[in-house]
Amino acid sequence: MSLQRRTVVLAVLAMFLAVGCAQTGTQPNKIAAKAPGQVIKINPGPKVQEEAQTALIKAKAGDTLEFGAGTYDFTQSLSLAVDNVTLRGQGIDKTILSFKKQDSGKEGLLVTRGKFLIEDLTIEDSKGDAIKVNDAEGVTFRRVRARWTGGAKESNGAYGVYPVQCKNVLVEECVVIGASDAGIYVGQSQNVVVRKCRAEENVAGIEIENCIDADVYENVATNNAGGLLVFDLPGLIVKNGKRVRVHDNQVFANNHANFAPKGNMVADVAPGTGMMVMATDQVELLKNTIKDNNSYSLLIVSFLITGRPMDDKQYDPYPEAVYVHDNTISGGGTKPSGERATMLAALLGSPLPDIIYDGILNPGKLVNGKLPPNQGVYVKNNGSATFANLHWDQLDEKASIASNKAKIDRDISKYQGELPALPGITLTETP
Amino acid sequence: MLRLAGWFLLGVFGCTVLGCGRHDPGRISLQADAEPPEKLSDYGLFQGNGSTQEPAKGVVPYDIRTPLFSDYATKYRFVWMPTGTKAQYHEAEVFDFPVGTIFVKTFAYPHDLTDMSKGQRLIETRLLIHRPTGWIGLPYIWNDAQNEAVLKIVGGTTEVSWIHTDGLERTLSYIVPNVNQCLGCHENRKVMRPIGPKARNLNKDFAYGAGTENQLAHWTRIGDLEGAPAAEQAPQLAVWNDPATGTLDQRARAWLESNCAHCHNPNGPARTSGLDLLSSQSAPYKVGIWKTPIAAGRGGGGRSYDVVPGMPEASILMYRIESTEPGVMMPELSRRLVDREGVALVREWIASMHDSRAQTKNP
Repeated sequence: MSLQRRTVVLAVLAMFLAVGCAQTGTQPNKIAAKAPGQVIKINPGPKVQEEAQTALIKAKAGDTLEFGAGTYDFTQSLSLAVDNVTLRGQGIDKTILSFKKQDSGKEGLLVTRGKFLIEDLTIEDSKGDAIKVNDAEGVTFRRVRARWTGGAKESNGAYGVYPVQCKNVLVEECVVIGASDAGIYVGQSQNVVVRKCRAEENVAGIEIENCIDADVYENVATNNAGGLLVFDLPGLIVKNGKRVRVHDNQVFANNHANFAPKGNMVADVAPGTGMMVMATDQVELLKNTIKDNNSYSLLIVSFLITGRPMDDKQYDPYPEAVYVHDNTISGGGTKPSGERATMLAALLGSPLPDIIYDGILNPGKLVNGKLPPNQGVYVKNNGSATFANLHWDQLDEKASIASNKAKIDRDISKYQGELPALPGITLTETP
Repeated sequence: MLRLAGWFLLGVFGCTVLGCGRHDPGRISLQADAEPPEKLSDYGLFQGNGSTQEPAKGVVPYDIRTPLFSDYATKYRFVWMPTGTKAQYHEAEVFDFPVGTIFVKTFAYPHDLTDMSKGQRLIETRLLIHRPTGWIGLPYIWNDAQNEAVLKIVGGTTEVSWIHTDGLERTLSYIVPNVNQCLGCHENRKVMRPIGPKARNLNKDFAYGAGTENQLAHWTRIGDLEGAPAAEQAPQLAVWNDPATGTLDQRARAWLESNCAHCHNPNGPARTSGLDLLSSQSAPYKVGIWKTPIAAGRGGGGRSYDVVPGMPEASILMYRIESTEPGVMMPELSRRLVDREGVALVREWIASMHDSRAQTKNP
């Protein structure tokens, strides 16, 4: 074949390939051929469900999906499964992603990849959780509002901002209103910062559950049934949460009715609960303002007090190494509500003490009937805050009130130890 | 004229050898950034235009013992592996399938479930393609003429209707999942994989054109599988609706595995709930018995435990499989209707459990 002939052949071949293969490139479904690091603009419109979901599927690492101002009506969940993508609106009052018309899917938005950043928008009226981020490393929620607009209802979605089994999580300046479980719920995660958020009219305002290394500060929780909860539950993959610091939060007037569907853990939270620590170890609560919460200002309890089963041998149901200091506590416990709080009021008088500890101890850890010093519960410098250790496991419902009263320890001076301060959290890989 | 003929021949040559060809699954690019073919016919998986779901040569039809309920859709399943490659047998897990493997699942609605001779309508064909970088899932939606299906990565909704087994008409807004929703079931800890083709699910007879044969034996014989023991030695899942294949417990657990365990397993997306519905899980608590919900929200229906022995109406599991409400219903994807027969089986299973705690715990 001459050189000339060969050139012609190659040219023809190239032409054929170009024509043959370009066929797919012009179609709307192409998912590969796009440079990364782009800004993709999305605006409200009748086909936005398909447009937004297509953009979420076609996104490449480094891309930003920018939602213009306006209200978006979605009929199905949205989902993202691409690393390193940013979703950005024009502000929580300007970009509203509404799931009021949702007829399939659970979450509003489900994200399963990390280096995920969402900011400056509102997600509202999702059938289930508003934004769930599952199993991701490096997650930032910034100035995101999640809300249910029909008021506090049992039929609202469970969680507003919901990272679970994540690492390096930052939730800041977010607002959550109306969640039927927890407004801001960080579950089974490591290295977590929740700061400068506001949670209102949820069953639980902010809940840190089964987390390791969390710093929760400068948040406002008000008008929830329970303001700020640090929980540890059995039966989960990430268990035995620890090293949770909670400081400089405003937790006031969390007296909303508990509208959680029965059966859920938070359905057991008494309306009027300010702060509660259940089962988590190494918790430091400091410089919080806890005010006007009608049932309890601060509860520190074991999971055992719930009376629920826990077939989980690795699970530690006892709160240990809890250090409560330099908080300002006032106006709480004046109108206890719920069966248990009412019962406690009969034992303890009204208002209820500011800090109530159930005093259920792990028998396996006791040395001469006491916990080792570094495992204890300590309260110090909380102004005029009052205290009671219920010694719950020693109370006897058949005994007289007087004999049960005698078992309760209200001498705060016996609990005035110290524990080492927890360090702050250094977030890495957070977008 | 001669020159034109030459061009024509060149075109055929280029198409066959250089990878733009049609009608051969082996020509589909497996590059990580390759655009998938726009049309299902580009794969060459079927004889003719695919409307009869007759597989092309080398494309093997198969069936599984207990499938996922998909709103009463009929499913046609096929697998294709590149020439000279084979899957590696595993006793408990999905087999290791070679790069290039394509799984094909077509969803169709017979017009009349009481009279299959009235034909059917093909809705969608989902492909799972094994690229060197991992599996990808792609939905192709059939056209009204039923002679082609076209890729639609964002899925879609299609109105379907049929005469049900009770002789009454059913209608449904059928949802074709988008490619992210494929991940919702097929991805465990960031790794996407097939769900159904496990030994215990494939270990059954299939009526091939040349005669009936056990699927594991057939795959081994045609060189698509290695390492499989004789069928009698391989595990076998109960067929959920065939009492001859297992006890009530085994059949209910088979149904729960196929309908729930793609998420509710120790590595699945729903591992955060602590519920494990694989048929191999033996701890009652992990299967939901006396297990309290974690993040069920209103999905709990006001009930306190996933499964209360002897009391299906007090069990959250029943509430969720009987619901069709987004946010409550389980599974979250793949259905809009209630699997009445499956629900009846699970109800019978829970009702049959005996546990004295049920009386004292006041669920």
